[in-house]
Amino acid sequence: MSMDYMLSEEELMMVETARTIAAEKIKPIRRQYDEEEIFPWNIVKEFAQADLCGVYIPESYGGFGKGIMGLVLVVEELCKVDGGIALALASTALGALPILIAGTEEQKKKYLPNIASGKHLAAFGLTEASAGSDATAIMTTAIKDGDYYILNGTKHFITNGGEAQVYTVFAKTNPDKGARGISGFIIEKGTPGFEFGKKESKMGIRASATRELIFNNCKIHKDQLLGKEGHGLLVVQATLDKSRPGVAAQALGIAAGALEEAVIYARKRVQFNQPISSFQGIQHILADMATEVEAARALLYSCTRMIDSGKSKRTSKESAMSKYYCSEVAMRVTTNAVQVLGGYGYCKDYPVEKMMRDAKITTLYEGTSQIQKNEIALNLIKESAARNK
Amino acid sequence: MDKKLYKGVLIFAEQKNSNIEKISYELLNIGRQLADKLSADLSAVVLGKNIKNKSQELISRGCDKVYVYDNAVLENFQQDIYTNILSELVEKQKPEIFLIGATYTGCSFAPQLAAKLNTGLTAHVSSLEVDETTKNLKQIRPAFGKTLMVNIITPQHRPQISTVKSNIFKPAVIVENRKGEIIECTANYENILNRAKFVKFVKSEIIETDISDAEIVVAGGRGVGTAKGFELLKEFAALIGAKVGASRPPVDCGLIPHSYQIGQTGKSISPKIYIACAISGQIHHTIGIGNPDIIVAINKDPDCPMMQRATYALQVDMYEIIPAIMMEINKKNVLG
Amino acid sequence: MNIVVCIKQVPKSDNIQLDEQTGKIKRDGVEAVLNHCDEYAIEEAVRLKEKLPAKVIAVTMGPPSAQSILREAISRGADEGFLLSDKAFGGADVLATAYTLSQGIKTICSANIIICGKESSDGETSQVAPALAHFLNVACVPFVNKIDSIDSSAIKLERVFENGYAVIESTLPVLISVTKDINIPRIASLKGKMNAKKAEIKTLDISAINADENRTGLTGSPTRVANMFSAGNAHPVSCEKLTGDAKSMAKSLVEKLSAAGII
Repeated sequence: MSMDYMLSEEELMMVETARTIAAEKIKPIRRQYDEEEIFPWNIVKEFAQADLCGVYIPESYGGFGKGIMGLVLVVEELCKVDGGIALALASTALGALPILIAGTEEQKKKYLPNIASGKHLAAFGLTEASAGSDATAIMTTAIKDGDYYILNGTKHFITNGGEAQVYTVFAKTNPDKGARGISGFIIEKGTPGFEFGKKESKMGIRASATRELIFNNCKIHKDQLLGKEGHGLLVVQATLDKSRPGVAAQALGIAAGALEEAVIYARKRVQFNQPISSFQGIQHILADMATEVEAARALLYSCTRMIDSGKSKRTSKESAMSKYYCSEVAMRVTTNAVQVLGGYGYCKDYPVEKMMRDAKITTLYEGTSQIQKNEIALNLIKESAARNK
Repeated sequence: MDKKLYKGVLIFAEQKNSNIEKISYELLNIGRQLADKLSADLSAVVLGKNIKNKSQELISRGCDKVYVYDNAVLENFQQDIYTNILSELVEKQKPEIFLIGATYTGCSFAPQLAAKLNTGLTAHVSSLEVDETTKNLKQIRPAFGKTLMVNIITPQHRPQISTVKSNIFKPAVIVENRKGEIIECTANYENILNRAKFVKFVKSEIIETDISDAEIVVAGGRGVGTAKGFELLKEFAALIGAKVGASRPPVDCGLIPHSYQIGQTGKSISPKIYIACAISGQIHHTIGIGNPDIIVAINKDPDCPMMQRATYALQVDMYEIIPAIMMEINKKNVLG
Repeated sequence: MNIVVCIKQVPKSDNIQLDEQTGKIKRDGVEAVLNHCDEYAIEEAVRLKEKLPAKVIAVTMGPPSAQSILREAISRGADEGFLLSDKAFGGADVLATAYTLSQGIKTICSANIIICGKESSDGETSQVAPALAHFLNVACVPFVNKIDSIDSSAIKLERVFENGYAVIESTLPVLISVTKDINIPRIASLKGKMNAKKAEIKTLDISAINADENRTGLTGSPTRVANMFSAGNAHPVSCEKLTGDAKSMAKSLVEKLSAAGII
């Protein structure tokens, strides 16, 4: 049982729906999808049919209108059972948020209803082989040619790459202007000159697809420009402020799932003629896991409520804190879950080794833990400077 | 209703492709026992096409009277026609007890027939006894509550109708030169009501993997977990000449089709050897496994009912032990 | 077109207990849920509604608490829910249940298709549907595992037998019971749940459905539970636990089975 966070009836409804899909549809296939790296289209259909794909999209665009909190609750619940399959939904949110944040009314009407209904998945394309933590180092260019932009370059490690229909991609429209020369575009799968590279074979989240996006003289109409030219990095930052809680929710879900497995196992496993849960050595590990999971949840939900309230213009620090803390907790808790299960935990018959593998990505993507700390510290110093001249 | 007007035991002799089905002989066995207790006649009714010549065997197996409806329209089961003909016969002959196999056919018409006759019906009965004074039939079937059996009676209504599970009673044996009466019956076939018409029959491959008569059955339960697990069981079964079945949980999860399900809401089997893999052994399941000579239980939980009931209990993960058993058998086959 | 789905509230399958006095299932304090097979009936009705203009009406007989399963039916896509509830309905067997349901359905609408789940998890097996067809005086096709085609006056379907299936053509109105192979039920959607929350569930008592009290409930039931007893093991057997690692267990099992002449 988690603490009472005063969730509304509709929020509880989303949790229950996600829980049912996780238990009935995902749990029976999670091991197979992980081992065989199967993209979960079957499960995406379930998400779509149950209206989960649009929980964070406003009702006016066909969603359920429950903000980032809706996204966080659904992702957490799904990730308690499987941290990889939920990414089809969570990474679509990352791809769709730039449209919600910076898209024109026409762009929103064109793309969001199909994403809300689950007909289309989306993906976010920023990272490149030589531009990970340093986004300003991207090499992909979008050079203006009349009413069009010509894109050239390769995006790396793109979650939902190849599977999604809608891509929000960032490229240099003015290579001389550095951070201010980057612009966002909405690009659809099937556009001539837009191809996909090989699918990465990963340590965890193996049911998610990670591919390169390859642009080779890809001609994009200027109507597909996302926000103003040169404002790309601003869109990226505003997106990450809202998407990092999604990663945090993924991490929290994985951690909560591992905690549950560890407690169940500890109660049932008998050594020295008693359940191992009777040993203080095990109890203290479980107590630490539970406390950290609950602290992570409290931090994440507070941050998410702050974002949805719309009272603060930026939530970079809080989003970074949530993502940093939840992902580090996920790594510790899943590692400890494997410890509690001992040799069994290390084997694939039990789900905790997979949870540990899945957890690791959350400390890496959408900014490593170190980048989150930079963000937190930078804002801390800025805030102090603003208060004390 | 005047209960005294009702006498004797009637069984429904089911046929497919103009052959009498085994369940019919099982009903003759228990029907004969009940009729003897009541000092009454045992009759059978059979509906089919070119079925008249099969009536003598029903008599040889214990029947006193056979009512035969032989007509092309009766070749395949049709709900309205069967229900109407049988209700007319029952109203005329007034049997005390009417036993029907709990087959797909029997379960289709029996409730409609009972409703039409305004009498009681007890479904999926696994044991029958009759009280000689009240002539009430004790219809025993498993009930929920894990280990409870429930005894149902129909005190004020006649006939007492039961559908009886297959493979519970042994088929009645043939007694040469046994005599009985064959009564050819007819109905107004031209004008009979027939709203749901039979079009054609399609044999199904999946359902053809019929486990009811298999000598060895390897079955998987909740703990199998994946469809791949059932592939492993199928491999194992192929090696030892067994057929594969399942308990209800994996069927509910969609890991294996319902036609493989064994138990109260699935098939009844009567194998000599039953190998239960990751099946806990609740009564809903075990009611359907008959009384095998040998039960092998493979389960991680040593305390589950199947492990208690097994001839050989192996407390181990099926994914570990089955490949090991297969390896042992292969070794043996090579050596010996 | 009106499609009526008959559903039932049952005790959650892992904690069913019998009242030894009455032989009926204890329902007090036990979590009650929608009967599993009925999910397939609702799903099939909703799929039909997606193909042709139709209204899906869920009907159940039960205590007032059974309105929760009607809401669940609505969350899964049904349009309306009706609860047949009256003290006089209690303790009904197959015959009385089918009679009561038929009176309710006749009151609610002129039904073109009536769909039941194959069986309920808590008692009678597959028996109510054909009995209900008798009282409604409609065609009946039990154990349907596929609907091939349907129009306003006829339906073509496939129904299961032991060794295959039969193709059946029926006139409407028709009552069918559906197997679990017919579809994979959807999980209730968020919008469906919102509809269910707002829906008004209509309750009909014995006078509302114009039923004869001598034909409902325990009074109208020809069958009685005489008694109950523990099933136990018909043939207790000596249980031998094989020990050791997987390899040695496998070895000793194979030895035993081959000694018994099986392998």
